[in-house]
Amino acid sequence: MDFELSEERQMLKDTADRFIREQYTIEKRHAAVGGDDGFDRALWGELCELGLPSALVSPEAGGFGGTGEDIALVFEALGRGLLVEPFLPTLCATMALAEHKADIVESVIEGGTLIAWAHVEPDAYYSPSHVATNLNADGSLSGAKAVVINGGTADWLVVTARSVGDVAEENGLGLFLVDTKADGVEITSHKSIDGPHIAEVTLTNAPAEPLGMAGAGWPLIEKILAAGTLAVSAEAIGAMEVAKDMTLEYLKERKQFGKPIGANQVLQHRMVDMLLELEQARSAVMLAANTFEADRDLREKNVSAAKNLVGRAGRLIAEEAIQMHGGIAMTWEYAGPHYAKRIIMIDHLFGDTDHHLDRFIRIGREMDASAG
Amino acid sequence: MDLSYSDADLAFQVDIRQWLKDRLPQDLSEKVRSGKRLQKGDFLAWHEMLRERGFLAQMWPVEHGGTGWTAAEKAIFDEECIAAAAPRVVPFGLNMLGPVLIKYGNQEQKDYYLPRILNDDDFWCQGYSEPGSGSDLASVKTSAVKDGDQWVINGQKTWTTLAHFADHIFCLCRTDPNAAKPQEGISFILVPMSTPGVEVRPIYTLEGEHEVNEVFLTDVRVPLENIVGEENKGWTLAKYLLTFERTGIANVGNSKASIKGIKRAASKVQKNGKPLLDDPYFSARLGEVEIDLLALEVFNNRIVAAAGAGKAPGAESSLLKIKGTQILQETNDLSRRAAGPYAVPDLPEAFDPGWNGEAPGPEFALTAARKYFNNRKTSIYGGSNEIQRNIVTKAILGL
Repeated sequence: MDFELSEERQMLKDTADRFIREQYTIEKRHAAVGGDDGFDRALWGELCELGLPSALVSPEAGGFGGTGEDIALVFEALGRGLLVEPFLPTLCATMALAEHKADIVESVIEGGTLIAWAHVEPDAYYSPSHVATNLNADGSLSGAKAVVINGGTADWLVVTARSVGDVAEENGLGLFLVDTKADGVEITSHKSIDGPHIAEVTLTNAPAEPLGMAGAGWPLIEKILAAGTLAVSAEAIGAMEVAKDMTLEYLKERKQFGKPIGANQVLQHRMVDMLLELEQARSAVMLAANTFEADRDLREKNVSAAKNLVGRAGRLIAEEAIQMHGGIAMTWEYAGPHYAKRIIMIDHLFGDTDHHLDRFIRIGREMDASAG
Repeated sequence: MDLSYSDADLAFQVDIRQWLKDRLPQDLSEKVRSGKRLQKGDFLAWHEMLRERGFLAQMWPVEHGGTGWTAAEKAIFDEECIAAAAPRVVPFGLNMLGPVLIKYGNQEQKDYYLPRILNDDDFWCQGYSEPGSGSDLASVKTSAVKDGDQWVINGQKTWTTLAHFADHIFCLCRTDPNAAKPQEGISFILVPMSTPGVEVRPIYTLEGEHEVNEVFLTDVRVPLENIVGEENKGWTLAKYLLTFERTGIANVGNSKASIKGIKRAASKVQKNGKPLLDDPYFSARLGEVEIDLLALEVFNNRIVAAAGAGKAPGAESSLLKIKGTQILQETNDLSRRAAGPYAVPDLPEAFDPGWNGEAPGPEFALTAARKYFNNRKTSIYGGSNEIQRNIVTKAILGL
């Protein structure tokens, strides 16, 4: 066993951490979130120059990373800084484009083009294959997509759509490229409770270009969703680490009744629980990252395990961070609650705690059954 | 033993329910139900309704114009109001300062202030917490120094709810910095906010809303007679006031309304082709909270009954606060879960009174995450749950 990062990955981690530490602040985030775009275009340009989006893309597709470990490493760093720049849509959409649109992938990771991943639908809840958006006979798309991260700023959308089958069937789905400026594409952007802007998308006979064979896209869609799930799980680890560290600092510094509140054993022990749950969740994310290239069942089982554990640990850490800080953590001005909000809202992306518990149990049983 | 309400209480409940149905304007309850930002005028309109019916001063004895309600009646009233989506009573003058003046004020203060509180001539706020004095309230540093016939007050108060609507603030001030114990040098002083040197600055909460404030007091001069009770004995008043902050502490009405809302919402949200309400994971979570609340209501009634028989609610109310906030927060957690992906979008404009736009997802989802985050405060304010556990440790367990 070897838990060390390779030299290249260590360098990538150091680069990401240093840049975010030195160049990013909560004030920059507030300004970006309060603006029309929901992120800082200039900063995104710098991040692209630094090569962080390229680290999410495989060498075959024009990047220099794209493995589970690369994804986890980049997103954990993003979580520590609480960045709102469009890494997540970039990760998901470039996976769909990799084999078909090398030019767009190149432009995206260089910062010239913005792209979004339009998969979730208004009635889908967390069902990953619930897609009603229809592939019309003329090759155009009609339907609605919900909570599309950075959808309002995207030049292109990667859209999942159905050519055959019932609404929740895995079979019959495909991936399509849609120009956001085309007729029949209506995008309404909203703020979110935790930062990144999101959009509701309506497609009415919108022109679309197929990415691969229509109806046969599910294996890739599932892998993209696994990548997204792994990414936000790793991001939560970074955010939880900061929330834990801020709480620990506060316990040392805040005095009530003539002593630091951290002198109270009950708070000490709760701090230990935060640390313990963080390390458990981190371990599950490491495993999910490590088996991201394994066969489908193992990959999916471990991704669901990680997301479930991140959901549980995240709730504990976010809530305890607020509670142990007290009133200050209820204020916009303090950075802590913005970490807490992000940690909790990650439970609402790519399936929540219960969704992944159910999935973990199901996949585990299937694997047990086939192993005899 | 009979765990149900008495016939008289049930008749009272029917009466209140009917009165709310007849009198609570629909536009006001709709504002409350949809989580709109309430303006000062909304609160005052609600107070006016209560005043007309003699329901305004719920913590005051009848001889001062109060309802003289028993604790059970007060609990019933609160629950009916929440169920009907009425605004809350602004508590600072009516439920906090009023009882303090009745018990500790001099005749002149009672004659002057009590009718003004009843009539909403003054809008009070509470100058208790300070940046360094939250859980440890007795460590307040805001100083009041005598100069001729005036107090000169300097310091900073924080978490001052609705100070931006208020024209008066009651302040805990340190009047003897050399007292042997911190509790012994505090006085309770009334300050008109129009006095030069009072400055209110907003605090925006984690979801971006303005409800609480910082209040800065710089060389604020008020007459010596603005002190309530004895000099340096303000801690007694401060603690007495806090016992009134504890009524309704179990939040039973809020949690009931919250669970009702969750059931309505989760019967419409579809998970894997079935209502979320039928999902085994979700329904197990919801079932547990319902059981907790069922028990808490009985527990609360036990404590309320004891208080009704002439016993002041004691340290047991700390237990009610802990469990009550846990349950309320759990219901908020379920509500955000029910919202699914639509918990993410946030439309601050949707809470403006005139907004008539369209929610991107189900309507309840607009407030789901906001309520979840905002109600984290309930286990922090009014004595955090940690402080409540300290009270129980000392007062009940004797450890």
